[in-house]
Amino acid sequence: MNRATFPHRVLPWLLIAPQLLISLVFFYWPAVQALWQSTLREDAFGLKTTFVGLANFRKVLADPAYLNAIQVTVVFSILTAFFSMAVALFLAVQAEKVVRGKGFYRTVLIWPYAVAPAIAGMLWLFMFNPSFGSLAWPLKQMGIDWDPLLNGKQAMGLVIAAASWKQISYNFLFFVAGLQAIPKSLIEAAAIDGAGSRRRFWTIVFPLLAPTSFFLLVVNGVYALFDTFGIIHAVTGGGPGKATETLVYKVYNDGFVNLQLGSSAAQSVILMAIVIGLTAFQFRFIERRVHYG
Amino acid sequence: MAEHDMVGASRSGRIAAHLFLILGAVVVAFPIYYVAVASTHSLQTILRPPLPLIPGPEAYQNYHEALAGGIGRIGGVSVDRLLLNTTIVALGIAVGKIIISMASAYAIVFFRFPLRMAMFWLIFITLMLPVEVRILPTYKVMVQLHLIDTYAGLILPLIASATATLLFRQFFMTIPNELLEAARVDGAGPWRFFRDILLPLSATNIAALFVILFIYGWTQYLWPLLVTNSNEMNTIVIALRKMISFADADTPWHLVMVTAVLAILPPVLIVVLMQRWFVKGLVETEK
Repeated sequence: MNRATFPHRVLPWLLIAPQLLISLVFFYWPAVQALWQSTLREDAFGLKTTFVGLANFRKVLADPAYLNAIQVTVVFSILTAFFSMAVALFLAVQAEKVVRGKGFYRTVLIWPYAVAPAIAGMLWLFMFNPSFGSLAWPLKQMGIDWDPLLNGKQAMGLVIAAASWKQISYNFLFFVAGLQAIPKSLIEAAAIDGAGSRRRFWTIVFPLLAPTSFFLLVVNGVYALFDTFGIIHAVTGGGPGKATETLVYKVYNDGFVNLQLGSSAAQSVILMAIVIGLTAFQFRFIERRVHYG
Repeated sequence: MAEHDMVGASRSGRIAAHLFLILGAVVVAFPIYYVAVASTHSLQTILRPPLPLIPGPEAYQNYHEALAGGIGRIGGVSVDRLLLNTTIVALGIAVGKIIISMASAYAIVFFRFPLRMAMFWLIFITLMLPVEVRILPTYKVMVQLHLIDTYAGLILPLIASATATLLFRQFFMTIPNELLEAARVDGAGPWRFFRDILLPLSATNIAALFVILFIYGWTQYLWPLLVTNSNEMNTIVIALRKMISFADADTPWHLVMVTAVLAILPPVLIVVLMQRWFVKGLVETEK
C-alpha cells in the first residue's frame, strides 16, 4: 500500500529535529566517546593520555573483580527473573480461576510497579535491617545470625527479594494477558479427554505460554541487568565485600568513585554489546510472537 | 455456563484460588503497608521491634513534624521542593517524550523526505544505548553544556525514546489513507490534520503512555544521582536515600518513613486510578 503523504519538504525535518538532536548529543556522541575512551589510558593525574588499543579490555576481562561482577550479575539476574516470574505466573493462574474479585486483586498486585527500584530496596531494608527490622526480629529470635549488611549471602538474598518483588506486577499483567489469549476450546478438548487441571496446565497452558515467558525472560533479564542499579546502590552499595557488585554498579563505581576512566569505558562498551545482543534476540523472537498471536 | 463448569475451576478450586490470591496480595502489599504503618508510630516504637501491625496514634504528629520542616532538617531541603522537583522531572519526561516522539513519528509516516529511513534507524538504534552503558561520557557532555543541577539536565537526556516513537509510528501506519486524502481535499494542512484527526485518535495511546512515562520519570535514580550535586535539585527518591543511615543512631526514622510514603504515594495513585489505560498501554504497546 502506498502511503498518502503531505508534499512539504522542510517541515518533516523540523518535526524530527528535536528527537534527532537529543539522540545525537546524549546518545551517539557519548557512545562514541565511550568507544574512544575505552582504547585510551590516562595517567594518575589525568594529564597525559596514551592510546593502548584493546589493553583496557584485556585488563578488565582478566580482572578477578570483574569476573566476580559477572558471576554476581548472572546469579542475581537468573534468581530475580525466576522468582518474580514464578510467583507472577502462579498468581495469574489463580486469577484466571476466580470469577469475582479479579479487579481487586489486580489493583493490589500492580502497586510495586509504581515504586522506584531504589525505594523497593529501602522498603525491604526497613523490614529486614538487623537493628529494628520487624522481619529480622523473628529471625534473630530463632537464633539466626542475621545481618545482611555484613553477610554477603544474606545481602544477595535481600536484593534479590526486593528486585523480584518489584517486578511481580509487570510479569503478572503479561501472564494474565497470555492466559486470556489461549483458546478455551483446546483446554475443553483436553478436559473431555479426561485430563485433570494440573495435567491441563503442564501439557497445554504452560507450553502455549512459551512466547509470553520468553518475552518476559528477556525483559526481566534487561531489568535485572540495568534497572536494579538503584536497589544495589541504596541497599548494599555493592557490598559487603563485593558480594552484590553487579556489572552496572561496577561501571558506576570504577568511573565515578575510583576514577578509572579507561577501565570504566571498556566496561561500558562490553555492556553495550550485551544490550545489543539482547535487543537483537528480543526482536527476532518478537517476530515469532506475532505469528503465534 | 456449562462451558464454565467443564473447564472452569470447581467451587473448592475457586476458594483455594481466592486464598492464594489473598495471600499473594498480602505479601505483595506488605512492604508498602509496613512503611505506611511505621509512619504513624513514634520513633521509640519503630526502634523497638516488632512493629505493631496496625496504625499507631502518632500519624498527625509525625506528618505535621515532617511537613513543617522536619524533612528539611534531615534532608537539607524542604519537602515541598523535593516533591516539586520530582513532579517537574516526571511531567517533563512524560510530556516531553510524548511530544518529541509524536512529532518524529508524524514526520516519518506522513512525509517523504531524503534519508527518511536512515533517520528512522538512527532513532531506533538508541534503544540499544541505555544511559547505564554510557554513564561517564554522558556526564561529561552534561558538564560541558553546563546542565549539572538544572531541570534541563535532569529531563533532556531521558526524553529521547525510541520505544515511544516506534509506538506512534506503528499506530499512525494504521490510519487509513482515505482520512488523509479527504482532509487534504478539504484543504487541511499538516497542522490541521494533526490537530483535528490524528490527535483525537491517539488519545488512548497518549493516556497509556503518559502513565508509563510518568512512573518512569518519577522512579529515576542513576541519572538524578549523577547530575545533581546540590540538595536543592534532589528528587525525593535521591533525598530519601541520603537520609538513611543505619550507622547513625540519630536518624529520625519516623520522619524517614513519612518521606518514603510521600515518595511512593503519587505514582501508586496514578497507576491505580489510571489502571485501565496503564494496563492496556503496558501489555499492548510494550514492543
